[in-house]
Amino acid sequence: MDTFIEFFSFSDPSIVSVVIGAVLLTASSAVVGTFTFLKKKALVGDAVAHAVLPGICLAFILSGTKNPIWMIIGAFITGWLSLVIIDHITTKSKIKEDTAIALILSVFFGVGILMLTNIQHSGNANQTGLDSFLFGKAAALVGQDLIIFAVVALILIVTVALFFKELKLIAFDSHYAKALGIPVKHLDLLLTSLTVLAVVTGIQAVGVVLMAAMLITPAAAARFWTNDVLKMTMIAAILGGLSGLSGAYVSFVAPSMPTGPWIVIIISVLAIVSFFIAPKRGILARSVQQNKLKQQILDENLLKELYHLGEKDDDFYRGRTVEALIEERYFPKQSLKIGLRRLKRQGFLSQRDGKWCYTEAGKLKGQRVVKLHRLWELYLSKYMKIAPDHVHEDAETIEHIITPEIEMELERMLEYPELDPHKEKIPY
Amino acid sequence: MDALYIILTSSLFAIACGLLGCFLVLRKMAMVGDAISHAVLPGIVIAFLFTGTRDSFEMIIGAGLLGIFSTFLIEFFHKRAKLQTDASIGVTFTSLFALGVILISVFAGQVDLDQECVLYGEIAYVPIDLWITDSGTNLGPRALYISSITLILIILFIRIGFKQLYITTFDPAFAATTGVSVALWNYLLMGSVSMTTVAAFDSVGAILVVALMVAPPATAYLLTDNFKKMLLITSIIAIVISILGYYLAVMLDGSIAGAVVTVAGIIFGIVYLFSPSNGILFKRMAQKREAKNLAQKTA
Repeated sequence: MDTFIEFFSFSDPSIVSVVIGAVLLTASSAVVGTFTFLKKKALVGDAVAHAVLPGICLAFILSGTKNPIWMIIGAFITGWLSLVIIDHITTKSKIKEDTAIALILSVFFGVGILMLTNIQHSGNANQTGLDSFLFGKAAALVGQDLIIFAVVALILIVTVALFFKELKLIAFDSHYAKALGIPVKHLDLLLTSLTVLAVVTGIQAVGVVLMAAMLITPAAAARFWTNDVLKMTMIAAILGGLSGLSGAYVSFVAPSMPTGPWIVIIISVLAIVSFFIAPKRGILARSVQQNKLKQQILDENLLKELYHLGEKDDDFYRGRTVEALIEERYFPKQSLKIGLRRLKRQGFLSQRDGKWCYTEAGKLKGQRVVKLHRLWELYLSKYMKIAPDHVHEDAETIEHIITPEIEMELERMLEYPELDPHKEKIPY
Repeated sequence: MDALYIILTSSLFAIACGLLGCFLVLRKMAMVGDAISHAVLPGIVIAFLFTGTRDSFEMIIGAGLLGIFSTFLIEFFHKRAKLQTDASIGVTFTSLFALGVILISVFAGQVDLDQECVLYGEIAYVPIDLWITDSGTNLGPRALYISSITLILIILFIRIGFKQLYITTFDPAFAATTGVSVALWNYLLMGSVSMTTVAAFDSVGAILVVALMVAPPATAYLLTDNFKKMLLITSIIAIVISILGYYLAVMLDGSIAGAVVTVAGIIFGIVYLFSPSNGILFKRMAQKREAKNLAQKTA
């Protein structure tokens, strides 16, 4: 608890700089990542993260110093170059995008490693710590880094804010954007530059491999909570910032723990939790919905089969046994019984000496399903010119989702028909 | 002799990776290969803790299972959570890699692994790490055995499953109708990718395994449309880059694996520009010639 208070009171200036640095970085890369995610180019961040290595080495060889400004310029150039080459290979040859990304990513990194080892073996005493660019040293952020991070984060966020509408448009429909006269190519270039900038600065904190996560994961998590791009961007920034903060806290509590990987683990956990529990799009919400739909389909099918049985002997309210129902149409026995009991609870069925029979409401509901089925069959064979023996399957699914409005429209269009294509009576 | 050992080991790994890579490239799964090579890290660390050695059989199996697990996770996020493929790959491998790095830090004292060796390996140690039996006989470099066994297993796998791998790669829908399980062969392929990755890890590192899986097949793909020829060209390129890479590394006094990949990149670049059938320059020249012909005809 003491460490918790010590950390979150921010009384130690070195804690403040680490926290501010980590939060600024993670939040601003999450903002940029939202757009690469929406453009389905999430893995491009990974490519850039690897491609900056030769640039960093080159900057060191040429300048002879580890001045972060030079490093960033060098990294920016090769990072940018990698994306241009990936784009060129994808558009100009038969090689697909994923291969191009994997190829450029690994080749640039290989070249970088060759240069790095060459520098290390050259005996230049100045080079020690150059490989911290590979693995990240978030816990060792100092004042100068912080200023750079803050400036970069500000540039990223302000640029995205200024071009928000245009970026949103090209993320979803670049053809439409082009038709509106928006300079799509320039905006693509802008997004590329922002991505490279985010990666280049972020790498110093979390390292090469994990930088990709800073771009992808917050956006992926945020996508599950909203359909609105503005909200998504904000949620991604908040989740990213939160993981930056907690990552810094973990490495404060356990100094031997690497900050970067902890940031990634925390944001990944947040993302996976989102995948499961998010309303509407989450796995749980979706399976609840599916179950509901399955139940509804089963219930409606049961009522429909009771109607069919009633049609046969012209007695809709007679009690039917479970076996009779199964004989009319196969239902798994267990779910059949559950469904019958549910329908009884809802007042559509009643039970008499072990047999099931319609209530008034049940008959109406069963009748409506049969009607919809037959109307749809007629519609398909009349308007879609589909042979009568091919329409059943389709009607079987559509009957459960036709709304009263469509029902009325169908009736009107077909002029309240008497018979379906199989010459069966359509009940009203 | 050392040079020969290194070039031989590197060639064997490069061929094994390249053969599998041909399938990955054609299945548009190159980034899944990249993901697996990062995601096996926690498996390697855990296996390390249990066995205490770098080249045990258990370790390869353990990490191989983790590779398959990561494929499963990617599928799960994609299918069940409806997350788009690229993001699903990204989330999976970065989180597993992060977990691996954390495990390394937690067990720093007990695990003879560091981030550097994980990322770029060191094939220069191949001649030093000898297999010496209990009776003291020197059987030569250990890595040579590992790479040979890996390659033999990969060739056997491809040979035995060629038909199924081929059909599930080129026409998965048809494969399904003929009763070939697309999912099973996918997992088998991913399992082999994971095991090869782990076996080659020590020598060439995570990212360079990816380069060996992608660069030679992509180059071969630009040179031929025949799949068997593609496998053959890939193997030849694998040997060439191992030889040239070794001497480039000696010349520049740098990482051998890095140099091998650099050469692979250069060869790809040359083929990309000058390939007779698919090269960018030849295509452009052909276009110009056509335009000229057209101009003459109309004039």
